[in-house]
Amino acid sequence: MVVKQWLSGLSLLAAFCFASVAVAGPKIQSWHTANGTKVLYVPAPELPMVDIRLVFDAGSARDGDRPGVTSFTNSLLTEGAGDWDAQQIAERFDQVGAQLESGSLRDMAWVSVRTLTKPDALETTLETLAKIVAEPRFEPKEIERQRQSILASLLSDEQSPGSVGKKRLYQLVFGDHPYAGDPEGTRESVQSITREDLQATHRRLYVAKNAILAIVGEVDRKQAEAIAERLTAPLPAGEHAPKLPAVEPLAHAVVERIAFPSTQSHLYLGQPGMRRGDPDYFPLYVGNHILGGSGLVSLLSAEVREKRGLSYSVYSYFLPMRQPGLFQLGLQTKNEQAGEALQVMQQTLQRYIKEGPTADELKAAKQNITGGFPLRIDSNSNILQYLAVIGFYDLPLDYLDRFTQRVEAVTREQIRDAFSRRIDPQHLVTVQVGRLDESLLPVVGEKN
Amino acid sequence: MRSLITSVMLALLALGQVEAGVVEHRLDNGMKVIVKQDTRAPIVVSQVWYKVGSSYEYGGITGVSHVLEHMMFKGTENLEPGEFSRIIAANGGEENAFTGRDYTAYFQTLSNDRLEVSFKLEADRMRHLSLLPEEFLKEVEVVKEERRMRTEDKPTSLTYEQFLTGAYEASPYRIPVIGWMADLDALQVEDLQHWYRKWYAPNNATLVVVGDVDPQQVIALAEKHFGPLKSEPIGELKPRTEPEQRGMKRFTVRAPARQPYLILGFKTPVVGTADEPWEPYALEMLAYVLDGGDSARLTNNLIRGSQLAVSADASYSAFSRLSSLFTLDAIPTPDTPIEKVEEALLQEIERFKQEPVSEQEMERVRNQIIAAKVFEKDSVFYQAMLIGQLETIGLDWRLADDYVENLKQVTPEQIQQVAKKYLVQRNLSVAVLDPLPMEQKLTHQVAGGRHGG
Repeated sequence: MVVKQWLSGLSLLAAFCFASVAVAGPKIQSWHTANGTKVLYVPAPELPMVDIRLVFDAGSARDGDRPGVTSFTNSLLTEGAGDWDAQQIAERFDQVGAQLESGSLRDMAWVSVRTLTKPDALETTLETLAKIVAEPRFEPKEIERQRQSILASLLSDEQSPGSVGKKRLYQLVFGDHPYAGDPEGTRESVQSITREDLQATHRRLYVAKNAILAIVGEVDRKQAEAIAERLTAPLPAGEHAPKLPAVEPLAHAVVERIAFPSTQSHLYLGQPGMRRGDPDYFPLYVGNHILGGSGLVSLLSAEVREKRGLSYSVYSYFLPMRQPGLFQLGLQTKNEQAGEALQVMQQTLQRYIKEGPTADELKAAKQNITGGFPLRIDSNSNILQYLAVIGFYDLPLDYLDRFTQRVEAVTREQIRDAFSRRIDPQHLVTVQVGRLDESLLPVVGEKN
Repeated sequence: MRSLITSVMLALLALGQVEAGVVEHRLDNGMKVIVKQDTRAPIVVSQVWYKVGSSYEYGGITGVSHVLEHMMFKGTENLEPGEFSRIIAANGGEENAFTGRDYTAYFQTLSNDRLEVSFKLEADRMRHLSLLPEEFLKEVEVVKEERRMRTEDKPTSLTYEQFLTGAYEASPYRIPVIGWMADLDALQVEDLQHWYRKWYAPNNATLVVVGDVDPQQVIALAEKHFGPLKSEPIGELKPRTEPEQRGMKRFTVRAPARQPYLILGFKTPVVGTADEPWEPYALEMLAYVLDGGDSARLTNNLIRGSQLAVSADASYSAFSRLSSLFTLDAIPTPDTPIEKVEEALLQEIERFKQEPVSEQEMERVRNQIIAAKVFEKDSVFYQAMLIGQLETIGLDWRLADDYVENLKQVTPEQIQQVAKKYLVQRNLSVAVLDPLPMEQKLTHQVAGGRHGG
């Protein structure tokens, strides 16, 4: 009884807040530069700093027959451009305290910078940023150095059971689709990529119409417009990269076990998931939040970790991309109990697809997502991330304003329906990486 | 509820000590409350920091602080196991906890109208934890899986663990935060009960709140929820001072891996243990000169110049409870002998002794730390971390605000002096990961299993 009474105070508090007015997102301003780059901008005058991110549709989905070439290209932008070599570029940013970050995944390749807005810092940062995007030098010396660095990174992946498993999962789920490969490519392909490949990739993809620009910080609209022109004017207008091929559903289940000298087995289940702007986006997003997207309170965590102590981390997620990205479940457990853990993970997924969430589970998930909305937009760096996604995937500018409303509107039936249409437990890819001699794995399909 | 807070608030207006937007207050039971107002977003982060961590442990019970951190989510006299997390989630909150050498901390980030939820729950588990044996038996298995994932199956982590254990003799910084596997195997729920009674009390805790809140209201709420908690006598820690090192030490870790890895560490003092107050800041400057950005010496000389390494880092922190290490680590480029990388790293250290750092490099570092101080204000969580960490290791949170100024005062001559004094061979420990061949992958694939029947 004491427990009940003590709790009611908190539940009331939650109910009270739950009913409060939905929080609006930041007001996003958007326009196109003269040569066709879409800009998304949110003023943030509180701190004397600005975050700028240029995103190109230049991820590994654009590698073609040169796996790793887009990531390789992106990594060389900072290693010499215009009149400056790699060291001079690094010095230019470091001298004004600006922080540069670049990277490349399957859909996107980006260059971001965070700088103070005082004139000398902003000026040096913009001048350097514009140059590295438009005029990278691709010097043979830097290409060879970067090649060694990528090869070392691939080696380091080979000593991690998690990396080995995730890479294999992508290959098996996406087959011939460009999403199948690892963004860094393979040892063989990285060894054979030439300077001409890199230059051609840059010419083809680092163009204004294939870019979006996100700006958040202490700059007014006029300054933001000037920044956008300055960064994109040196780029040729070009064209947007062509539409990616559709992702085919899996024709059958696949089970793969990879021997690895580790104390744990890493276990993965996967299937093609959903795309950005997917009609099932909200039911799948909220549904997955309940299944394995909400940390310790998710169903998977309850079954695998809380009830049985089988794994430190267990999760499921949809990675929404231009085309349907990965739907993945994963855990790690000592080799001896890999079979049991896999079974619990499979059964939890199967039951969820069949039954969907309970009313209480859905209510709790909505409270968590909508109540936590202010946390999603609490910093310039979070807002910048949203601008990049909204711009890159052509989501509506009121996406954040409508977010909580659309979460609220999701019903149990919609979740059950979306999961049963989109996830087929008979056609999953299963990957195990670990000591196979120590683990008994009664996986789906192995009896055949 | 709101009107009640307001009347209490008026009564308390004069109590807190205000400085630079930060209000400090001590409850009668000894708990310290520090509130920093940041009105940029309608959110709040609340962190409870306990002065206990792996450096408080001793042989046989290593990892107990971290296992106890896990058990803090497993029920109290008032809450079922897991209930804590469910209540925070239902209030739109994010939560977690972390254990370090010198602290165990718990945090929630919430919409600013829900801070009381956090206080009520944290106050409850500060004094009323259940520590149910059946929950402990499951959770210690989760922690062992965490150890396997983070350490056993990661050759670089294994090397780092061996490095720390070997570098320190008496200092408890040799103890891995996650604990030795054999100690986790032998851990009993009674060990946790003992540890909880010993360290979890308001007078051994600091509450840090940063966000869009009224500091006086926060203090009133803290009085309401934490005020009634009973304080405990907290035992004195033994000093466990690290004896002077009398020569270089070297360790090899053989583990299945694809690439070698190298760590060097010199015994160095920190704020509070240094002979001169400027020494730790000079060591921080030295680390920035080596590794502050892509134009710094390690990248310029080892990664770009000689191309001996694909990665090279320098690391030092002026702030910890006990004297610590200045470390360097590197991964050689394929086919480069690891000895050559070690030699090159040591040459970089020698250079500090021979020539003063140029004014251009000093200026670069100063600009970087000034900018970083602005950038850190974009995260309320990080701001709370800085305050909590300093307070919990026994320093004043104001040191975070003085940090830039203290670094700016450092001269090239002082950097030279600390290099000559501390970064010397007799203070050095070296650990090398020597890769064992990884077995050939045997892939076993079954396709089409359940398809059609």
